[in-house]
Amino acid sequence: MAETMTSAAAPAAAPRPGRLREFWYYFRENRGAVIGFWVFLAFIVLALFAPVIAPHDPTQQFRDALLKPPFWQEGGSLAYPLGTDALGRDMLSRLIHGARYSFYVGIVVVAIGASGGIVIGLLSGFAPRWLDTIIMRVMDIILAFPSLLLALVLVAILGPSLTNAMIAIAIVLQPHYVRLTRASVMSERTKDYVTAARVTGASTARLMFATVLPNCLSPIIVQGALSFSTAILDAAALGFLGMGAQPPTPEWGTMLAESREFILRAWWVVTWPGLAILITVLAINLMGDGLRDALDPKLKRS
Amino acid sequence: MLRYIVSRLLTFLPTFFGVTLISFGFIRVLPGDPIVVMAGERGVTPERYKELVAQFGFDRPLLVQYWEYLKGVLQGDLGQSFVTKKPVWDEFFALFPATLELSLCAIVFAIVLGLPAGVIAAVNRGKFFDRALMSSALVGYSMPIFWWALLLIIVFSGWLGWTPVSGRISLMYFFDGGTGFMLWDALWSDQKGAFLSALHHLILPTIVLGTIPLAVIARQTRSAMLEVLSEDYIRTARAKGLSPSRVNFVHALRNALIPVITVIGLMVGTLLAGAILTETIFSWPGIGKWMVDSIFRRDYPVVQGGLLLIAVIVMIVNLTVDMLYGFINPKIRKR
Repeated sequence: MAETMTSAAAPAAAPRPGRLREFWYYFRENRGAVIGFWVFLAFIVLALFAPVIAPHDPTQQFRDALLKPPFWQEGGSLAYPLGTDALGRDMLSRLIHGARYSFYVGIVVVAIGASGGIVIGLLSGFAPRWLDTIIMRVMDIILAFPSLLLALVLVAILGPSLTNAMIAIAIVLQPHYVRLTRASVMSERTKDYVTAARVTGASTARLMFATVLPNCLSPIIVQGALSFSTAILDAAALGFLGMGAQPPTPEWGTMLAESREFILRAWWVVTWPGLAILITVLAINLMGDGLRDALDPKLKRS
Repeated sequence: MLRYIVSRLLTFLPTFFGVTLISFGFIRVLPGDPIVVMAGERGVTPERYKELVAQFGFDRPLLVQYWEYLKGVLQGDLGQSFVTKKPVWDEFFALFPATLELSLCAIVFAIVLGLPAGVIAAVNRGKFFDRALMSSALVGYSMPIFWWALLLIIVFSGWLGWTPVSGRISLMYFFDGGTGFMLWDALWSDQKGAFLSALHHLILPTIVLGTIPLAVIARQTRSAMLEVLSEDYIRTARAKGLSPSRVNFVHALRNALIPVITVIGLMVGTLLAGAILTETIFSWPGIGKWMVDSIFRRDYPVVQGGLLLIAVIVMIVNLTVDMLYGFINPKIRKR
């Protein structure tokens, strides 16, 4: 009881001393998660410093170097280490700049989806029963549509662009946060520490955000990591279908779509963007698995 | 049990009406005048415009429009395609067998490989096999399947020349009538080689669409097996001297199957979303490709109707899974 009281009184912003270290201790045990973490870190560095790292401008066309293979193949040169595409643009530079878009998509989608979903989920958990029922039914309705299809239709309504793709994906991912938050709120709100806070006169808003929310964060953080990768995948899929970022944006999915007609002639224009997506998503999923193991008390020490 | 069924049905109905509201709202929330948008660059004459407004009932109050729409939906009238002028309902069910055939093949592929993989991984927990299988499962789970499809095309169609790149069957064969399930139709037709051709065309799309379900099933089977394997009755079975394979595949797997079946049931949405990409890449004439094409052609009645039918199919399957689950596991019913 004493322990739950202190953790309830200290919100996530000021973690109990040693909590981070404890987390890292468990996280470190999962080797895959640590590898995923470092790869993800590298991805962030690439995204942030793309203009400095990339050897060329991602949209600059080298007319004398169309569809050059990577440097180790005959005809390739170190000036374009991973080759060039059909318009003579450097693949490596485009890939590095592509990291920016994927990172941006992940951050924005998770920020919109999670903040919206958490607020709605908290409301739903504390609301009278009728309001709770309405909210959950609305979420059921959104979940009845296959996510990619709904995102596709939303983009068709809003008009194809990366921003609209992000909005659509965030709307589609939101119900997962709502359900997750509501489920944790439901199990937390009957606990003694919440009753104690209520008895001392805490307002409902305070109960929601300061008392209960910090104790519901673990599954939400894990979901955040997982939907970061879903967002990247879906945005790339929309780009691939021509409904996401528009050419000449070096977004990975859009790059794949542009490269489709060359698949039997120039394997590299197809291989690299997809590999970039796969590695990024894989790293985030590895990290997510590790996060879950480290944050989920049920699995801990078992 | 009856109470459980009724309560599940009661949550189904509001969701169904919500879904009809969304598909109804779809045309009306398009920015700008829907008729002008639908007409595209050609534009419409004022007379034709009036005609269309009356045809769609846009001149009437929204509530009346929705009521008319709902009445139509319940009678199987989803409007007509702008492009083909055929009823959306007919088009959908003409193309649905193609998607169903592909999805069934994909799910069979995923189960046939995923279940044994999960069991083997669980039995060898922490050993090389477990790690190798689970790493591959995570890679499969993280796979952008549209890229995976292109890679397979490069290797198997381009370099090796083993598989065709698109379509459901070679152009040499044609069936009049039939069920729409190409494998079935080809098997019972007297055209030589038709079945093999259909099978050939199915291989790559099946692998592409089945990859993510395969990874999910393998992971789910492994974790369910791990839970079951630590139970007392497994120890008893082992102590009795049963062979390990009998213990693992009969005693343990049977009880581990319940969560796995749930996961498989809930995968319809994933499959249909995957079908959009798979069908587009392999020019597979199913509803996924139909929806994407209609979105690009601004064939809005088709998008509207297809959206509704797909959502309803997902809902019905989820409801069935819920019911089955309640049937298998009495604890669920009590909630």
